Amino acid sequence: MELTGAEITIKCLQEEGVEYVFGYPGGAVLFIYDALFQQDKVKHVLVRHEQAAVHAADGYSRSTDKVGVALVTSGPGLTNAVTGIATAYMDSIPMVVISGQVPTSFIGEDAFQEVDAVGITRPCVKHNFLVKDVKDLAVTLKKAFYLAKSGRPGPVLVDIPKDVSNTKTEFHYPESVSIRSYNPQTHGDMGLVKEAVKLLLEAKRPMVYAGGGVVLSDASTQLTELVRKLGFPVTNTLMGLGGYPATDTQNLGMLGMHGTYEANLAMQDCDVLLAVGARFDDRVVGNVKHFTSVPRKIIHVDIDPASISKRVKVDVPIVGDVKQVLTDMLGVLAASKQKPDAANLKTWWQQIDTWRSRKSLTYKNSDELIKPQFVIEKLYEITRGEAFITSDVGQHQMWAAQYYKFDKPRQWINSGGLGTMGFGLPAAMGVQLAHPGAAVACVTGEGSIQMNIQELSTCKQYNIPIKIIALNNRYLGMVRQWQEFFHGNRYSHSYMDALPDFAKLAEAYGHVGIRVDKPSDVEGALKEAFARKDDLVFLDFRTDSTENVYPMVPGGKGLSEVILAEDL
Amino acid sequence: MRHIISLLMENEAGALSRVAGLFSARGYNIESLTVAPTEDTTMSRMTIVTRGSDEIIEQIKKQLNKLVDVVAVMDLTDGDHLERELMLLKVSAVGEAREELKRITDIFRGRIIDVSSASYTIELTGTGSKLDSFLQAIDHGLIIETVRTGSSGIGRGERVLKL
Repeated sequence: MELTGAEITIKCLQEEGVEYVFGYPGGAVLFIYDALFQQDKVKHVLVRHEQAAVHAADGYSRSTDKVGVALVTSGPGLTNAVTGIATAYMDSIPMVVISGQVPTSFIGEDAFQEVDAVGITRPCVKHNFLVKDVKDLAVTLKKAFYLAKSGRPGPVLVDIPKDVSNTKTEFHYPESVSIRSYNPQTHGDMGLVKEAVKLLLEAKRPMVYAGGGVVLSDASTQLTELVRKLGFPVTNTLMGLGGYPATDTQNLGMLGMHGTYEANLAMQDCDVLLAVGARFDDRVVGNVKHFTSVPRKIIHVDIDPASISKRVKVDVPIVGDVKQVLTDMLGVLAASKQKPDAANLKTWWQQIDTWRSRKSLTYKNSDELIKPQFVIEKLYEITRGEAFITSDVGQHQMWAAQYYKFDKPRQWINSGGLGTMGFGLPAAMGVQLAHPGAAVACVTGEGSIQMNIQELSTCKQYNIPIKIIALNNRYLGMVRQWQEFFHGNRYSHSYMDALPDFAKLAEAYGHVGIRVDKPSDVEGALKEAFARKDDLVFLDFRTDSTENVYPMVPGGKGLSEVILAEDL
Repeated sequence: MRHIISLLMENEAGALSRVAGLFSARGYNIESLTVAPTEDTTMSRMTIVTRGSDEIIEQIKKQLNKLVDVVAVMDLTDGDHLERELMLLKVSAVGEAREELKRITDIFRGRIIDVSSASYTIELTGTGSKLDSFLQAIDHGLIIETVRTGSSGIGRGERVLKL
């Protein structure tokens, strides 16, 4: 049977088992929206801004391991989506973004709502396509889903001109596609796997550094088994939180710029480092020269060869899917007669425990001012550590990462690579739709929340009962902190004057808003919010405006050049 | 160090800009870049001349391989290879210079492919450095216009870049 390009687009989404499409209609996608209207398998969520559509698809994907799907119109629809696409790209999130384009005969004529979508998104997608012939549409969409999900995942854009979506052709959805130039390597080299296990067993001061790749590859079971068998210390990156249970004693907590003292020093002082699905980025290792000035052997497991030896040269490069390689390592380990050196390991743990005894995450609580760390600790208690937590970007993000102990992967949803303010609320919508009934909280600040606050309207339309935990300190807190530390207390444009009354604003959107001023009210407010299972509750916590995030490794410094809170 | 990287890529619209965009986005340097279709009409072959430390060149090759449109990558400088570049140049050729230019062109095995009463147009093929030498050998003041294709390269003997 012949179908129009628009009908084919929707059929393809159905074939892929897409549950939700997040989008916003417009001229160039009218035919696609018409086809969407005439079926009910694929549900559409109408956002209030295209950036939010992409973040919502992103949150949906991060919390489920499915491909997120967003649909936007040409021109401004696409340009608004770019921040969301770049966010997903930096964190390797599988996503397909479908954009409308002006009719093929108008392309290049500066037509109304025309932009070069493929050109604009090229640096921030895994791949993109402009479909000029409806006959190529089904196979292109199949390729898009395949590329998004396989290898190192990432967003793929499919740009569909309006005439293509209105032209008929025979529909056939291929079962599978192969792309001759694209063959991701999933199995690591067994020789290198054996060499890696040998190095680990001979290590005196071993360390495991696990990143977002563990979460993306669904390899936390394998990682946990390996780390426990070896008895080694482990640290998670911001993207990797939940990849290894945070409450386990072998976990030294997050590392990096705002990582724990023990995680950073163990990273710096180890003699054998196993890096898994991580990329030694600047927020993790700080100054590369400082980091590499200490001799250590590095084993690096990653699906993307380009991530290996990019910033830090490694000794044992293993290209492969993290889950597969860890499984192979466990096999080699089980077959080996050698055991880790217990005496050396004991000395190493004693050293780590000395660092740990500094209790680098200690903060001074107050009876008068709400401490942001206290709010997160209470949030953790009240949700019994089981909530999905999304965050925006800034101090609140770091406090959420430090004080909420994530024991499971895909529970912590944040924009790690791009650092996109405005991510948290729309991402939480995607998470809640993927997990109806689950507790979903968006930890945010009064700065970030205003970057996509219009989505409160979407939440009303679709009854999305997320809890917004706003740590409102009247400052762009992380900017203020850097200005305090490095710019002589000159708080240039980091003060938020004329803030709205968030509780009333939430009410105006039809939600529940609660303002909390006193530390003694924090627990009660959180309990009330989570008891209201069917309501979106906006909790406006007026927190201490001068609180800083500690520990801190300043930009360009080494991991051992850390600033601790004053009284430590 | 100078490297000559050859790649086969899908003959798709936009494939060239993916490669060019990669170099500019990551701050890699391009000395020259040439591209044209191959005997297999689905593929184009590109030769990129670049400079960088071993680590940078390694990254360039990995990042090129990562592009979905790139089918195969080979660093010709890793082994024996041939390199050729074509230059066309128009020179002012009057009086004594007319004879002198003809002689130098012969020495460099170039050809004069167009003649006017006041100028020659010379065609010269060779490695980039040979073309540079030619430009140094003639009086710089006589040069009216030059155009160079950038280097193309191919492996020697059994060394091939094919799908």
